[in-house]
Amino acid sequence: MTGEMPGPAPDERMRPAGRRNTQGIRIDPEAEVTHEPRQAVLSALVEHEPGVLAEVSGLFSRRQFNIESLTVGPTEDDDVARMTIVIEEPQPGIEQAKKQLQKLVPTISVTELAPETTRRELALIKVSGEKPDDVNAVAEMYGGQAVDVTADSVTVELTGSQQKIDAAVEAFDQFDVHEVVRTGTAALERGGHTLENDD
Amino acid sequence: MSERASVQQDDQAESEATEAQEPVTTGAQSVIRALENAGAEYVFGVQGGAIMPVYDALYDSDIGHVTMAHEQGASHAADAYGIVSGEPGVCFATSGPGATNLVTGLADANMDSDPVIALTGQVPTDFVGNDAFQETDTVGVTQPVTKHSYFADDADTVGDEVGEAWALANEGRQGPTLVDLPKDVTKGETDVEPSGPEKPDTYDVPEEADDENVQEAADALAAAEKPVMLAGGGVIKANASDALRDFAFEYEIPVITTMPGIGCFPEDHELSLEWAGMHGTGYANMAITNTDCMLAIGTRFDDRLTGGVDTFAPDADIIHVDIDPAEISKNVHADYPLIGDARDTLRQLYDAMPAAPDADGWRTQVQKWKAEYPMDYSTPDDEPLKPQYVVERFSDVTPDDTIVCTGVGQHQMWASQFWEYTEPRTWVSSHGLGTMGYGAPAAIGAKLAAPDQEVVCFDGDGSFLMTVQELSVAVRENLDITYVILNNEAVGMVRQWQDAFHEGRRMASEYPWIPAFDKLAEAFGARGFRLEDYDNVEETIQAAREYDGPSVIDAIIDPAENVYPMVPSGGDNGLFALSEQHLEQL
Repeated sequence: MTGEMPGPAPDERMRPAGRRNTQGIRIDPEAEVTHEPRQAVLSALVEHEPGVLAEVSGLFSRRQFNIESLTVGPTEDDDVARMTIVIEEPQPGIEQAKKQLQKLVPTISVTELAPETTRRELALIKVSGEKPDDVNAVAEMYGGQAVDVTADSVTVELTGSQQKIDAAVEAFDQFDVHEVVRTGTAALERGGHTLENDD
Repeated sequence: MSERASVQQDDQAESEATEAQEPVTTGAQSVIRALENAGAEYVFGVQGGAIMPVYDALYDSDIGHVTMAHEQGASHAADAYGIVSGEPGVCFATSGPGATNLVTGLADANMDSDPVIALTGQVPTDFVGNDAFQETDTVGVTQPVTKHSYFADDADTVGDEVGEAWALANEGRQGPTLVDLPKDVTKGETDVEPSGPEKPDTYDVPEEADDENVQEAADALAAAEKPVMLAGGGVIKANASDALRDFAFEYEIPVITTMPGIGCFPEDHELSLEWAGMHGTGYANMAITNTDCMLAIGTRFDDRLTGGVDTFAPDADIIHVDIDPAEISKNVHADYPLIGDARDTLRQLYDAMPAAPDADGWRTQVQKWKAEYPMDYSTPDDEPLKPQYVVERFSDVTPDDTIVCTGVGQHQMWASQFWEYTEPRTWVSSHGLGTMGYGAPAAIGAKLAAPDQEVVCFDGDGSFLMTVQELSVAVRENLDITYVILNNEAVGMVRQWQDAFHEGRRMASEYPWIPAFDKLAEAFGARGFRLEDYDNVEETIQAAREYDGPSVIDAIIDPAENVYPMVPSGGDNGLFALSEQHLEQL
């Protein structure tokens, strides 16, 4: 084959001393540093119109952002919906997710909520109806209540942080869990601060 | 002049004015009015059932229409029109297959940030969701490859939506947008006149970079010992080539471009290192690897540029100027992020520089690399014609503002390596998406955007065959374009990779038979030339250029010719191979 070009071979060339990691960040060659993934809660105000959910979920999927939950619902303003998106990514991935989300035309604003943010999730847990009293006792322990009781099943409603719901679901395991449905996290910042008065 | 005559004249003037401002009565007329308001000059498109009302409204408009052979061609022609003119290129297609055929061109425009607006017909809103004839979820299909896709659902607002899509395609980081137009909406009655193009409220366009950040970046660059500028396609998009040149000349900093940035800096200037990356020059790749401070403007650090990011400019502080905040630290960490328009930010940096970097030694080193790694090739008498020679001879005889379009593959690399580019908007190619077949329709869009400039399209035999039908359009419109097919009877770049990385197992890369492109050209009504010998290169180029209309040179080149230098995918730019032996050593 032809097309060769003149010049010193690769091993005869000047070489730089440094190196970058896979995230494109310069590193000390001796001690490689990479960002570990962490959980981030993003709250986005978006225009309340058809197709927005598909646009947002499509963005997260095609850019391979690791999404844990996504909730969406109306707000105090009829034209605006609010999405709460929980992702698990290294810091550069979280930054990318925020910026890419902000770029979507229907997106009004994107904020990463502080770790002490109020976060709640709703879960409905349907278990066997054989021991309704015991089920009630466990439900009370987690601040929940039975919302539907039949001869063969009890459905319990719970709200709380993701960790609390995780623990509750585990506790209900003893009653033969038939079905679980969880809404994913909804979150609001503590105190008077709102996304609207961000600037 | 009698009073009566004067009155008649006034009446006439008034009636002409009224004619120009005929009120809109349908959604379709509102769509066309919005395009007129925006200043659209041409539409590239293909007719069809669901888009017919829009075409009917175009019948009365001064906007020109170019009927393309295939919707993909319409999208590429619009893309090239956008690159050359700087304004959005417009393409039309009907619903279903018409719309899906546009997708490649939209994805291409999205990757290269080219301004394009696509208007697609759609089945009437009552039929949407019923799997109606020629129904496709066009918004769903195109959303991932546009800045935004609109679904119009009201004749009263459709014109403003088109205006918004135009503004969105044009402003900030340019890119493609689409408006899907159900037939009942375009046929629907309205008397609402669309206003001028206005970007959506939720879309922010950063203007000036923060002064303090600019100062820090300027201080870092001024303190550098081995500075380079890396100029991407964003420099051209922002009309910042003059600002870039002023900066480089004043502070004597060597300039490397990316492939989309080709033309923003004159390649015949001693500070030019041409372009870096997988098949970039040896000297650009040496400089980009060994620099200690890089001023990168309007580039997204694509993997074909960076190679492996672990070895990309590993000693460099990176100053990254971009209008899209999401490009900052996406692939390569920016030490000094500057979010803003390339032209404005370069001017800010120019003023903020405390002094020129003390880089005499570095500039000497850079010139040494230019001498050590010349872009040379051999032309032995006993081997077939070398493609590089054809490109160089063509470059020698054409004016500086000649526009070069290409398809994708080996020919594209030779056209970018061996043509000398000195002006912005003269290099029209498919970079990020790597769309074979881009060239033939792109040349049509480029020629209409710049009718007074010469247009040459280098294509490969494989690439040309993908969109060759657009030659019929070039003939119909009598566009003076010279197509040069660098014909090696193979998908050459794939063949090269098979030889290098797949033990020479040439699966599906060689064509056992290929049409004679000179005869094919004649069948289309264009002029055809066949070129096989060095002796005929100049005269064939001259004859093709002199022919007033589209011509095709079928240049039979050495099928064994490979593209070098080469950085293998994910490799180290500083270890670029100059031969197959080098590749084996890596």
